[in-house]
Amino acid sequence: MRIGRQRNRRFAALCLAVGAVAALALITVAGGLWGERALETDFSMKNLPPSFRYPFGTDWMGRDLFVRTVAGLSLSIRIGVLTAAASAAIAFVLGLTASLGKGADTVVSCLTDLVMGIPHMLLLILVSFAVGKGFWGVVAGISLTHWASLARLLRAEALQLKESQYVKVARKLGKSPVYVAVKHMTPHLIPQLLVGTVLLFPHAVLHEASITFLGFGLSPEQPAIGIILSEGMKYLVMGKWWLALFPGALLALAVILFQAIASAASSMVDPGQAHS
Amino acid sequence: MGRFLAGKCLRLAVLMFLVSFGAFVLVSMSPLDPLSTNVGQAALGSMSQEQVAKMEAYWGVGTPPVERFLSWAGNFLRGDMGVSLLYRRPVAEVILVKFKNSLWVMAASWLLSGLAGAGMGIVAGIKKGSWPDRLVSAYAWVTASTPGFWLALLLLTVFAVWLQWFPVGLSVPIGLEAGQVTVADRAAHGVLPVAALSMTGISHIALHTREKMIAVMESDYVLFAKARGESPWRIAWHHGVRNILLPAMTLQFASISEIFGGSILVEQVFSYPGLGQAAVAAGLGGDVPLLLGITVISAAAVFGGNLAADLLYGVIDPRIRKGRRRGI
Repeated sequence: MRIGRQRNRRFAALCLAVGAVAALALITVAGGLWGERALETDFSMKNLPPSFRYPFGTDWMGRDLFVRTVAGLSLSIRIGVLTAAASAAIAFVLGLTASLGKGADTVVSCLTDLVMGIPHMLLLILVSFAVGKGFWGVVAGISLTHWASLARLLRAEALQLKESQYVKVARKLGKSPVYVAVKHMTPHLIPQLLVGTVLLFPHAVLHEASITFLGFGLSPEQPAIGIILSEGMKYLVMGKWWLALFPGALLALAVILFQAIASAASSMVDPGQAHS
Repeated sequence: MGRFLAGKCLRLAVLMFLVSFGAFVLVSMSPLDPLSTNVGQAALGSMSQEQVAKMEAYWGVGTPPVERFLSWAGNFLRGDMGVSLLYRRPVAEVILVKFKNSLWVMAASWLLSGLAGAGMGIVAGIKKGSWPDRLVSAYAWVTASTPGFWLALLLLTVFAVWLQWFPVGLSVPIGLEAGQVTVADRAAHGVLPVAALSMTGISHIALHTREKMIAVMESDYVLFAKARGESPWRIAWHHGVRNILLPAMTLQFASISEIFGGSILVEQVFSYPGLGQAAVAAGLGGDVPLLLGITVISAAAVFGGNLAADLLYGVIDPRIRKGRRRGI
C-alpha cells in the first residue's frame, strides 16, 4: 500500500515535469515561428484592450501583445537554457578545481565570495557595461554571475569526497589529483550538477527579464519581456493595464513551470526523499 | 575573540580590494566610448580638436588602465571617490544623498521581509503538510517565480493609478521645497516600494526557515518533549525557535544583497531617486567613478552584513563564544 502510493507520487511528479517541459517547448517553438509577426504594426488597431481576437490586447503601435509576449518568452527560455548550462559548466569546473589542492581551493572560494559579495543586479550591470548590450552581452552577463552558489555546493561535495576512503586509496596508488577528480569524483557530482542546472533556469530567466527591463540587456527591436514591460510602463499611468499584466503573468507562469521541473528533478535524484 | 576579529577584518580588506579591482577591470573593458555616449556624435563632430582633447582628458580616455586603477584606489583610500561625470559633483556626495533616500526603503523592507519571512517559515514548519504550511509554501512558490519589477508595476497600477491611495513615483511631492517635505510625505512615497521589495523578499527566507523548522520538529528531542506532554506551541517556542535562530540570522544578513539588487529594479519602476536608480543611470551613461563607488559601497554593505552575522553568532550561542576563546 505504502509502496504503491510512493510510486504514484513519483509518477505524478514525473508527469508534471513532462507536462511542464512540453508546455515550455511549445512556447519556445511557437515564439520562434512568430518572430516576424511580433514586430508587425497596425496603426488602425492600436491600444485595444484584450478581446477575443487579441487575447492580451494591442500596444500603441498596434502590435499583437499575445504574439509579442510568446515571442519574448521564447527568447527568454532560449537564453535561460543557454546561460544555465554555461553557469553550471563554470560551477562544475571550479568545484572540481577546488579538490585539486589547497591553493586551488583558496582561489575558488575567494572567487565565489567575490561574486556573491556584489549584489546580483549590480554585477549584471557591471558585466553588461563591460561586454556590451545585446544577446551575447546578456548571455555573458548571466552566465558569469550565476555560478557562485552552485560552485559552493559542488566544492563542499568535492571536498567531502576527497576525504573518502576510495579517493585516498586512488591517491596512494599514484593517481594524479586531476585523474581522481575526473574519474572518481565526477560521477558523484553529476546528480547534484543536473539538479543545480535546472534550479538555475528560473533565476536566469528572471534576471534576463530584469536586466533587459533596466535597459542593459536585449535591444529594443527584440520582443523581449523586459522590453515589453519597460515600454508598457510609460502607458500604465494612462490606464493601459493590459500592457503590463499579461506579459508579466505569462513570464511568472513560465518560471513556475521551471520550478516545478526543478523540484520534480530533485525529488527524482535525491535518495533521501525517496521515502517521504 | 581578538584574533578572530582581526582575521575577519583582514579577510574583509582583501575581499574589498579584490572587488574594487574586479569592478575596475570590468568597467575598463567596456566597449562604450564615453565621449560619444555622453557628448553625442553630432556635438563631437562640431567640436574643435582642442576641445575634444580636453573632453578626452575629462573622461579619462587614453590613460592606461593600471595607472588609472592605482590613482583611483589611492584617492579612494584617502576618502576621495572622484567626481561623478553625470552629476558633476563628488561621488561621495552623490552616494550619500541617494543612499539617504534608499536607506528608508531598504531598511524597512529588510526588516519587514526578515520578520515576516521568519514568522511564516516557523508557523509553516511546525506541522508539515498542514494548511498554514500549504498556504505559506504556495505563497513563497509563487512570489519566488514573480519578477520583482512586475509586481512593482502591478502595485503601481492598482494602488497609485486606479485607487490613487499613493503617489505614482519619486520620493517627495513635486514642486515642494526640501524644508516643506514632511515625514508623512516621505512615508507615503515609500509604501509601495517597500511593499514590492518585501513581498518578493519574504519567499526565500520563509522557505529556508520552514525547512530548518521541519528538521527541528522531526528531531528526537522534540519527540521526547511531545512524549512529556508539552503543547505544540510550547515546543515550537522553546525548542524550535531557539534552534533556528542561527540559520535565520544568516539568512537575514545574507538577504542584504538581495534587497540591494531588488531595490535597483523597484526604484526604477517608481522613479525613486535612490542608490539603485543612480547605479542604472551610471551604467547607462558610462559614469565610471559613480558606478565604481556604488559597487564598492554595496559590496562593503554585503560583507559587513556577513561579518555582523558572524559576530552575532557568538552573542546568541554560548558554544560558539567558548570555541572562539579557545581559538578553535
